[in-house]
Parts: sequence; C-alpha cells; structure tokens
Amino acid sequence: MRTWVLGDNVDTDAITPGRYMKFGIEEIARHCLEPLVPEFSTSVKPGDIVVGGRNFGAGSSREQAPAALKHLGVAALVAESFAGLFYRNALNLGLPALVCPRAKQILDREELRVDFDQAMLVSKAGKTYAFEPIPPHLLEMVRDGGLLAHLEKRLKCRTTS
Amino acid sequence: MMTLAQKLVARAAGRSSVTPGEIVTCKVDLAMMHDSGGPRRVKPMLERLGAKVWDPSKVVVITDHYVPTFDDESRKIVRIARDWVREAGIDSFHDGQGICHVVLPERGHLRPGMFAVGGDSHSPTGGAFAAYMFGIGATEMLGVLVTGEIWLKVPHTIAMEFSEKLSNGVSAKDIMLFLIGRFGLDGGQYQAVEYRGAAIRALPMQERMTLCNMTAELGGQTGLIASDSTTEAFLNAEIETWESDSGAPLMAHHRFNASDLAPQVAAPHSPANSKAVGEFKHVKPSVAYIGACTGAKLADLRMAARVLQNKKARIKLMVAPASARDVEAAKREGTLKVLEDAGAEFLGLGCGICAGYGGNVLGENVVAISSTARNFKGRMGAASSQVYLASPYTVAATAVAGHVCDPREMLQ
Repeated sequence: MRTWVLGDNVDTDAITPGRYMKFGIEEIARHCLEPLVPEFSTSVKPGDIVVGGRNFGAGSSREQAPAALKHLGVAALVAESFAGLFYRNALNLGLPALVCPRAKQILDREELRVDFDQAMLVSKAGKTYAFEPIPPHLLEMVRDGGLLAHLEKRLKCRTTS
Repeated sequence: MMTLAQKLVARAAGRSSVTPGEIVTCKVDLAMMHDSGGPRRVKPMLERLGAKVWDPSKVVVITDHYVPTFDDESRKIVRIARDWVREAGIDSFHDGQGICHVVLPERGHLRPGMFAVGGDSHSPTGGAFAAYMFGIGATEMLGVLVTGEIWLKVPHTIAMEFSEKLSNGVSAKDIMLFLIGRFGLDGGQYQAVEYRGAAIRALPMQERMTLCNMTAELGGQTGLIASDSTTEAFLNAEIETWESDSGAPLMAHHRFNASDLAPQVAAPHSPANSKAVGEFKHVKPSVAYIGACTGAKLADLRMAARVLQNKKARIKLMVAPASARDVEAAKREGTLKVLEDAGAEFLGLGCGICAGYGGNVLGENVVAISSTARNFKGRMGAASSQVYLASPYTVAATAVAGHVCDPREMLQ
C-alpha cells in the first residue's frame, strides 16, 4: 500500500486540530492532517502507511490523533522516532507504530508491505527497510487489537476461570 | 546509587532498585483526568468492560478544556464529567476552578514520592513536587482505572543544572524556551529531565511547575525537581525529602549559568524556534495573551503586573488566569487591579485559547505573543495566525511597547 511521507515533528495539532476535539471520531477523522495535507482524509486508502521523520506525534495526549489515522484505515505508522506519549497511544489502539532508523529514505507514494515476522518494510521493487520489533511486553496487546480488547480478553478469562 | 526518577519508580514498582531501560509495572497513587480526555472517553470503555474504578479515592477529575462552556457540545462534555464522578463515587472533583495542572497541587492532591498519571500531556507539571507524573491517553487511563497499574520503561535521567541566579525579568519560561531551542522538541528523549542547581532551588513552586510543565515540549516523559523547604511551605504539610543520590549515573548532565540567560522568544510555529528577545524587536503583535497552566498562575500574573505597574497596554491584552484560588490571591494583593488598570481583558478560568478547543480562538492573520507553551500552526486558532511564545514579563512588556520588547528595559 502507498506511503504518505511527512516531515519531522509532526504535531498532534496538525494530525487532529483542537477545534474538532469536541466531536466524535468520524468528524475528527475528516480533518485528519488537514493543515499539512488537506486532501489526506479523502484520498487515503485502507492499508496505507504514514511515514514521519523524527519525533512523530509531538504535543498533546489526545488519543484521537492515532485514533483518527486508524479510523481512516491507516495500517501502520513508520518514523525515525515517535513522541513517547503518542507512541503509547498508538499501540494502545492497536495501531502499529514502527521505529525505522531509515524512515527518511522512504519515498512518498512508495508501495510498501509490512512484514511483521521479519520486522521490515518491503517495497514492490524489493527494497527493504528494517524496523525495530514492537517491544515484547506489548506484542500481545497489539495483537489483541489494543488495550481495550486486551483488557476485555483478560477480564473474560478471569470470570471464566 | 539512584536518581530521583529511579527512586520514585522503584517505590511504585515495589522494588528496592530499578535500572534504566528495564520494563516495570507501577502502582498508581493518583490518576488525574480533565473533561476532554477523561469521563467522556473512559465511561463508555468502562461500561463495555463492565468494570469499575479500582479506587475512586485515588482519582481526581478537573474540568478545564471546555469551561466556560460555549455551545451544545461543550455543555454535553462537561455534563458527562459531572454525572460520571457521581456515578463512580469520585469525591475529588474540581469543576470550573481552573486548569488541572495548577488546581491539582493547589488542592493538596500531590505529595513528594508519589507516582501519578494525568490524562494530559502537561502532566509532568506534577514533577515539580518530586512526584513521578506523566501524561497518558484515554485508553491507557482506562487501563489505570481498571487495574490501578501501568507499565513503564525505567527512564534515564538528563540533568539540567543552572548555577547562580536568574536576572531580574528572566523566568522559568525563559529557561524552558532556551532548553527547547537548544535541544529540540525531542531533546528529552522521553526520559526523566531533572532540574537542579542554585538557580532552580531559588525558584518559587509555581516557577518550578513551569519548568516541569514545559518538559512536555522538551520531549521528556517527566520533569523532576527534588523536594525541599520550598515544596514543604507550598504544600503546608510535612513532607519527605526525595532527591537524587549524588553521583547517581546520568544519561547527560548539562550545566548552565542562569545569570547569563536573556529573556527568550520562540517564533512561529514551534517552541524550538527560540532566540534571545533582542532578535525579535521588529515583530509587532496585535494581541498579547497571558494564559494557560504554563503562563497564567499567580506567579505569572505577578510578573506581568510588575511590568504593567502604572503603564497601559497599547495592543489588545487578554488574561485567562489559571485558577480560581490564584485569582482570589491576585485580587487580595492588588495584582489583578494592576492588570485591569493596564487595560487587560479577562477571560474565563480554563485552558482558553491555548488549547484551541473552541470558545475563544485567534482569527485570520493575527500576530500574537503568548505566555503559553505551544505555538504549533493553527493550534490557537486560524492556521494563518502567528504565535510568538515568551514569558509573562516579555508578553507584558510587548503589550506596553507595541513591539516585542525586552522586559528588563521596563523593570529598571
């Protein structure tokens, strides 16, 4: 799926502007990345990958930032580094945030596939970009689809056992 | 030998020691939420799980993002918060009393040694009280509310040491703009940033809070300051001393002489675009804004008042005080009168223009100078607005001069 390449320090006010925070995720997602890529919400396709440089997701704790990207079908976020709070939020929603040291070499509109087993992004032409595996203590939670689903599973196990 | 951050994390993890980089599970002593990321987000998730809050006595809810309410949506959001605290049995609810990061310590919820989470990115503010406090999103807050626990990668510590003393007219805000300009928005590397040195020890609590608050913009997970007699006096309670062991290993130790620091201004659209105030004399804002948890506490209002004493603002000057108690104190001591006489227009208690969530926002092409923390494009209103960040001293001096002005010229 194609990539959307953005720069360094993409902040949460750009991903999900504050004035839409009072609405539900549907409306917030309609304005996702509006200040940077006005056509993003109408052009992004399910399975697309958003690529940032350094410190992707700087700023607010608003979880609607990764939630809006996920709502629009973004399959993974790739960046040289993520802002810590945003990184936790993305994984808590089951949206893979992949730390890729060579993220800045990825081209806009490049067709990439995420190979989680090999921990690399693979292009149609066979180019590869390694990413750091999702930390082992979070893997099960991400596989479950995020923290809410993970807790649901744990609580169910507790009641049935 | 451990740093303050390690000691706080070890205590919460029930361990005698912890090593930076290891993953631990910590018991949460306090969970703070506001109206935006709090009840309206966690309530439906708790219902889906059929779960209850693990310990309502450890939860504090404060309305600040959508108060004063301004439309049907904001009224609905605040109503959910009011109803939910009652349902969940949460007694610590501060409604319309000011901004969460300021109200929390002011109402005595924080103590040195605590491990706390907040549903807001400026939660490191609590670190000024030698508590490990950091921001989390709504789903992670749900996890805390259900389990009372949270995972943490034990942070390294980056020490920012300021010797000597800040000059008259230079403040904690200038320290932070300087550090963010120097190290960048990810300079803190999501580790613990500890502020220390004689210049830090000399700062009153609310100035220390400004340091820890803007650790968010420096990219640290938390900002910390050892507890001392200043902490004790502010909390008006007996406290334990929490501090780093001397010689505890640090990731980095940066040393600065505070007396060399000039007032700083950050140009649009990043707090990292900071330089000494003298570089910005050509900038002529039409709005001066004193607001937010970063820049409208009592200490901040006093700074503005020192500059504005017997002067008039030549441009629109707006003040959105950070807490009801600070307003009361400012009224009693005459600080508020000075601001009024200078022509300040007062906005309601809350996050106001800084959050950009509605109510008041900056219009098209407005150039503003603001005592807030963030000037990302479009955050405080129109994408075409230009926000310069500065200390309350510098914002006030600029309001009087009509162009970006070094407050030291007006304080002599």
